[in-house]
This record gives sequence, structure tokens and C-alpha cells, in this order.
Amino acid sequence: MRIIQVAEITEQVKEMCIEANYFLSPDMRQSIADAVNTEETETGKYILGKLCENMRIAGEDMIPVCQDTGMAVIFIEAGQDVYFAGGSLEEAINEGVRRGYKEGYLRKSVVGDPLLRENTKDNTPAVIHYQIVSGDSVKITVAPKGFGSENMSRVIMLKPADGIEGVKQAVLAAVKDAGPNACPPMVVGVGIGGTFEKCAILAKMALTRPVQEFSEIPYVKEMEKELLEKINQTGMGPGGLGGRTTALAVHIETYPTHIAGLPVAVNICCHVNRHVMRIL
Amino acid sequence: MEKYIHAPLDAETISGLRAGDFVYITGTIYTARDAAHKRMSEALAKNEMLPITLENNIIYYLGPSPASEGRPIGSAGPTTSGRMDKYTPELLDLGLKGMIGKGKRSAAVKEAIIRNGCVYFAAIGGAGALLSKAITESEIIAFEDLGTEAIRKLEVVDFPVIVVMDANGNDLYEQILK
Repeated sequence: MRIIQVAEITEQVKEMCIEANYFLSPDMRQSIADAVNTEETETGKYILGKLCENMRIAGEDMIPVCQDTGMAVIFIEAGQDVYFAGGSLEEAINEGVRRGYKEGYLRKSVVGDPLLRENTKDNTPAVIHYQIVSGDSVKITVAPKGFGSENMSRVIMLKPADGIEGVKQAVLAAVKDAGPNACPPMVVGVGIGGTFEKCAILAKMALTRPVQEFSEIPYVKEMEKELLEKINQTGMGPGGLGGRTTALAVHIETYPTHIAGLPVAVNICCHVNRHVMRIL
Repeated sequence: MEKYIHAPLDAETISGLRAGDFVYITGTIYTARDAAHKRMSEALAKNEMLPITLENNIIYYLGPSPASEGRPIGSAGPTTSGRMDKYTPELLDLGLKGMIGKGKRSAAVKEAIIRNGCVYFAAIGGAGALLSKAITESEIIAFEDLGTEAIRKLEVVDFPVIVVMDANGNDLYEQILK
């Protein structure tokens, strides 16, 4: 058994919230920089160039890449041989978010009740997804999620007879409806299978995959490539102001499902697709 | 076309703007997003004064991140405009002339833009660090309790935007998808 003090989790989460909001991952940065060269319209090239400049200013001058520094979504994969000592793990994670958003000058965007809507003023609570796995390490992924794109996301309960074509149509419809609201170029996370909630979590996790990586399942990889091509033929482009680069990647995760169902979740993320992963 | 304009707006400036123009705004603008719009709408329903003068002004749909030491403001890019659609026609009818945000607007907003001779600009979504550099001063003037959603008075210099909807009803987003 391995003992991990929860204070260590607080410190890690704090650092990761700040890192995620000031520095996009190298794969995201590269993907946007590459798109400047492949984009076909002048407006599209201009906007992509400005996004590169924005990322440079964010890192050099320490200004968050986007003012919507997100609701903190945190995935914890905890080895079953780990004992968390020194207090509540959940409170430790939220304390990390609280300190990160305060010390990092990040925006407090969370309201304590969805209808009463009073700001909690420290960006807590986070949305935390726990998974118990074998081993004695802990993998923490911090993925602050902005709501311009989150609001354009959806879950669709397709029929098995809708098949692969139904899934493709559902993804394309979601992307087209999102349009300029979701701050394209987007990253599109798709979850197929499982249950109502499982596909949504899969779609969220899909956004944390590096953008140059495809699924290991051959037919899923083909679907990712085809959907990316079709999305980039819509002409919406960067900022929705015309161009080829509407999406940087489509990531699909799948899971076994029920004989009667074909759940599909489409989680859209803007070009500020933030995710930091650390293993303790 | 590239155009350099001053805020607050005047009728002549607005009539010269066309959907698709790249515009650089210098002058005074105000921020307001979801919660501030709700409060302004509630104030109008009760015949109360608004904390800002709408006439000829521009509202920027912005909730900035906190300013670090020595800076006027933190990251400062646009939020999605469509959430303000419910409140917008009333504000345009009362004299508001310009809006800066991102994303699609409702048919009712578009009609109010044409009816009142207004303009809707988009700023680059997700470029908050870059856009903050065009803001030289920021002061909270109302609803301070709303935190990032408070109404701020901003001084901007060559703040870069693109005209999405002009006073004649041209809509850049629609033109692109045709």
C-alpha cells in the first residue's frame, strides 16, 4: 500500500489549474500553428495568426489564454493500492482549485446553484470524475472547460438501426449548430455507447487526447478522419468567419452498450482546449 | 475594408460600416454580460434608471479574468452574444448602438439592429490575452457584487473587431454559409 497525503493533491491541482490556463499543450499549439499554413482564406489565416499571437502573449505576459478560465473538470484515476491520508480527497481537490484560481488570477465562473445563480467566488466546486484502477499510482487530469463551447454540446439517444451514418449525421449537426458560438477551430469530443451519462463522460475524456492521435480502433479512426474532413468542408472556418479550419480534430471514444440503444454524446471544445495530466 | 472608428458611435460612422469590415475601435465602451443584462432588464421593468447611458454607446459582452498587479484588466475576450438576445432589442430601442461579442443573434435582435440603425461586431473568441492589450483603462461602475459580471467602463485603443451585422441587415455569418 502506498500512502499519499491529500495536501500533495491540493498542491498539484493548484499548479495544474494555473498551467492549463496560461499554456496550451504542445499538441494544441502545434495544431493551430500548422493550420495557419493549410488555411485557404485570408480571414481564416488572419484569425489563426492572431490565435498564435494570443498564445504567445499569454505565456510571455502571464495573461490567461481566454478570460473564460472554465469550470474545473478533473479526472482522478486512483490505484486501488493507494491510501489517501490527511483528510478528504474531494476537499483537497477543491482546495487546489480554490488556490489555483485565486493565486493564478483566474476568473471565478461558478455559481453555487444553477437557478439561484450566486457566484461562489472561488470557482469551486470542481466537477470530479473518479475511477479506481489497479496499481499504486494516481493520474490526475485537469481540464478547465469554457462554456461557449460547452453550451453547444449535446447527448442524442439514437436507435441501433441509425448505425454509423446516424452517428456521423448527429456529430455534423451538432458542429453546424455550434458554428461561431463555439469559437472555432474546435476540437470535437465524441462518446458512443454505454449509457446516457457514460457517453457524455467519454466525450469529455476524448477532448483530453492529444490532437494528432487517432483512435486505435481501425473503423473509429476512419470515422474520425472522415468527420474532420466533412466538418472542414462546411466553410465556417476560424471564428465562424469563413475558411477551412473549422475543427482541429475529432476524437471518438466507444464503450459497450445495450441491445436497444446507441447513445451518442458530442462535447464541443473551442481552440482553447486545456488539459494538463500528471501521474503521482 | 479596414476602418478606424471612435466610440461612442454616431449615425454617420454606423452607416459607413459593412458586414465583413475589419474595424479598430478607440474610445469608451461598457461591459455587460448575462447577470448585468438581467438586472438592467429588471430595472427597466420597474422604471428605474440604468447605471449606464445607452445612447450611442457600445456594450462589450465580456467578463474579464482578474487583473494582475500593474495591469488594467486580465484576459478580456468576448463571450457568446446569443445569451443576451432576450434583453437586447429593448436596449437597442432605448439607444444602444453597438455590441461586441461572438456568435449568432436571434431574428428579433437582427430586426432591432435594422430598426434602430445599429451594428453588431465580433471580436476573436478565445483571444483574451491579445485583446486585453487594446484595453488601457477599466473601472467598475455598477453591480460590483456580480464579480466578473459587473458593468465596467473601458477605455480602448484600436480594439480589433469585425462587423458581423450592419445597419442594413447584412449578416456575415449567413453570407459565409451561402
